[in-house]
Amino acid sequence: MSARAADVRAGSPESALRLLPVRAARLRDGTVAMGWAELRKLRHDHLDIFTRSVQPLLWLFVFGTALRHNQALAGGSDDYRAYLAPGVMAQAALFVAIFFGLGVIWERDVGQLQRLLATPMPRLGIVLGKAAGAAVRALTQAVVLLCVIAVAGIGIRWSVPRVLGAVVLLLLGTMAFACLSMILASLVRTRERFMGIGQLVVMPLFFASSALYPLAIMPVWLRVVAHANPLSYEVHGMRDLLLGISAGGVLWLDFTVVAGFLVVTAVIAAKTYPRAIL
Amino acid sequence: MTALARAEERAEQVVLVDGLAVRFGEVEAVAGISFDVAAGEAFGLLGPNGAGKTTTIRVLTTLLKPGAGTAFVAGHDVVRDGLAVRQSIGYIPQAISIDGALTAYENLEFYGRATGVPRRERRPRIEEAVEAMQLESFLDRLGRTLSGGMLRRLEIATALLKRPVVLFLDEPTVGLDPTARRLVWERLELLREEAGTTIFVTTHQMEEAERQCDRIAIMDNGTIAALGSPGELRQRFGVPALEDVFTKVTGGRLEEGGSFRDVRASRRRSRRLA
Repeated sequence: MSARAADVRAGSPESALRLLPVRAARLRDGTVAMGWAELRKLRHDHLDIFTRSVQPLLWLFVFGTALRHNQALAGGSDDYRAYLAPGVMAQAALFVAIFFGLGVIWERDVGQLQRLLATPMPRLGIVLGKAAGAAVRALTQAVVLLCVIAVAGIGIRWSVPRVLGAVVLLLLGTMAFACLSMILASLVRTRERFMGIGQLVVMPLFFASSALYPLAIMPVWLRVVAHANPLSYEVHGMRDLLLGISAGGVLWLDFTVVAGFLVVTAVIAAKTYPRAIL
Repeated sequence: MTALARAEERAEQVVLVDGLAVRFGEVEAVAGISFDVAAGEAFGLLGPNGAGKTTTIRVLTTLLKPGAGTAFVAGHDVVRDGLAVRQSIGYIPQAISIDGALTAYENLEFYGRATGVPRRERRPRIEEAVEAMQLESFLDRLGRTLSGGMLRRLEIATALLKRPVVLFLDEPTVGLDPTARRLVWERLELLREEAGTTIFVTTHQMEEAERQCDRIAIMDNGTIAALGSPGELRQRFGVPALEDVFTKVTGGRLEEGGSFRDVRASRRRSRRLA
């Protein structure tokens, strides 16, 4: 057997440990390759960012303006639109992420997936790279929304570390939901079925979270569900950073829950993803 | 056979399949087949729809785990050494594996990264592959605007960047017009001559197999019904053309394989490639 073959084989625990840097490098390269391709695709299709930004803007300016002076909804802020802004940013990213799996089904149908799985790229790298692609889409959307919020004079705290922190949390959450979407995609056979399941998942996630209204005004059962919903932690952390509304939560917990959710969904997606070709 | 002799045989044979079987529930898609492919050979796997060709190729490219038997590709066990196998092969599935939302050049760069071509070598190797497959005229066009023949040549180019020991092609010329088909084969032949790459191809096209392959295996119902060079097979069955061998060994019955989904997918693909 050639030295290279022995190199990539990991029989004993010592060799597994010795190969860790090699594996880490392959994971990094795979993730970068997938992320690079997603970025390139986005460059060929810039209109997409703007069409996708319409819906969150409607939420913010139609829904938000209609309920602008509702104190109960605003959860401690004096402008409901400010309270709503982080929720709308998270929601827009959630929609991008959840329907990301549609691309996986498409790739299976056209044959790209078979090809990808026969390359030396690690499964986890493929999944993370794809998720990073979804995060880049979410990022461009977030930038558009932040610009509009600034122009409209909606009062959020414009400090660099706070805005950066909120964006990082948003990207972690988007990657996690994109992985969740890839798990769903590996379980269904057709694009039509996936659309149905996507709707089934995205609406409860959205409504049973603190994206639109504070946890405090929810009935108890809904509050319990919202506490188990990672989107609530994502929105809570962003609101804490952008508005200084902590509503009894803590920031480190938000980051821990969202990052933990990403690790779990990415590992599961790396296992289920190859099943999509069968 | 001693372990040493076995290892030596593995080194000479790029593909070594022994008693390979794959089951999908009740259906035995591949029922214990054995064959080998020598380095530098062009090997054709023929058979009606549902004979087990694609299943076999999926096992050899590590996409599918076999139920029984062993398979070695480029000296590596496809089950135990999947990664080493994936590092030694190029695989072009029947369906289109080019990303339509990327340009031809970006597709090349992506597969260069994906197959682990070192950064410094990426550009020269892409240039090499572009020249070998004659892609110069459409490098900046998006994948979805390319014709069937261009797509197949681009796919082969993306698979060459890693300089594979063996190139697996599942129905490479399906849906192509005769000119495009000839060009694809011309390029593959040149690749064999210049780089000594082993070509493993599945096809429906009898004349093509007869002309291009050194050896042929005809599969039927998950087993190998005939194996040999086109000349040997014609002689053994006493018929003038390979097509007659095919009809004889598969019983000449109507094709029954292929699900609704497969048929729909392959028709869609043919329309896209034409």
